[in-house]
Amino acid sequence: MKRLKSIGAFWYDFVVGDDWRVAVVVVAALALTALLVHAAGVNAWWLLPLCVFAALGWSLRRATRT
Amino acid sequence: MTALPLILTVFVACAVEAVEALTIVLAAGLTREWRSTFQGMAAALVVLAAIVAVLGPTITLLPLTALRLVVGALLAIFGLQWLRKAILRATGYKALHDEASAYLREVAAAKEAAVSSRRGVTDWYAFTLSFKGVLLEGLEVVFIVITFGANQHNMGAAVLGAAAAIVVVAVTGILVRAPLSRVPENAMKFAVGVMLTSFGIFWGAEGAGVTWPGNDAALLVLVPVVALVSLGYTALLRRTAITGGD
Repeated sequence: MKRLKSIGAFWYDFVVGDDWRVAVVVVAALALTALLVHAAGVNAWWLLPLCVFAALGWSLRRATRT
Repeated sequence: MTALPLILTVFVACAVEAVEALTIVLAAGLTREWRSTFQGMAAALVVLAAIVAVLGPTITLLPLTALRLVVGALLAIFGLQWLRKAILRATGYKALHDEASAYLREVAAAKEAAVSSRRGVTDWYAFTLSFKGVLLEGLEVVFIVITFGANQHNMGAAVLGAAAAIVVVAVTGILVRAPLSRVPENAMKFAVGVMLTSFGIFWGAEGAGVTWPGNDAALLVLVPVVALVSLGYTALLRRTAITGGD
């Protein structure tokens, strides 16, 4: 169990890293993009870049304030 | 897309990780014993090659749309991690990765550890230190090789970029016999972060169903835009650090 936990912690740290909010924003932006494309017929190519830039700025702001 | 950006991205990413792995290997080899160090390094390289050999062909079996969505999301998250760290280091909010001091720390720990033989390995500490160092640094490279290679259906080019970087760093390390502290690691990490984030955005959005204006040519705009935004954040944080306000 302890080994499983440490393996899980390693992969979490490997993929998600120091700020899990960035991962959440990327996944949410992708879900919203898919929704806009498939449900509303909007070719929302601009959404993911905007969210990524905002997530990076937000994460940097948090990191430099703490 | 031609194979050149793929090879170059993997080459630079792999070179950064190889420099870090070299520091650990040198610390183990020069302070402990070379034979066990090489055994550890070889064992790690075999494990990494096996991961690429198994996961590489498996991941290409996924439907392209699903593959691009998953890989795009992972690359964007992974790339943002690299970018965030590189920007924080460039602006002084995080200490720069210093190969010389990392080497001294590893040497001090290696000198204190006792010698013990296990499973045909003369110095188990040197073996595990070298094995863990190469495996952990190599995993990030494997991730990049597999995701880029699978998405471009060109695993050979990705492996070529990685292998070339390992050879260049290893040969330089053998010639210098010291940690490569003069390599501009942070600038390289920044560049790789820009590439990973850009490709992640491009493939992720494509996987979500988007059609990019100009199709593949959109990458020629996306990469410079990601670089400019990141440089903008860097400049902003530098100014904030100097003025002390926000």
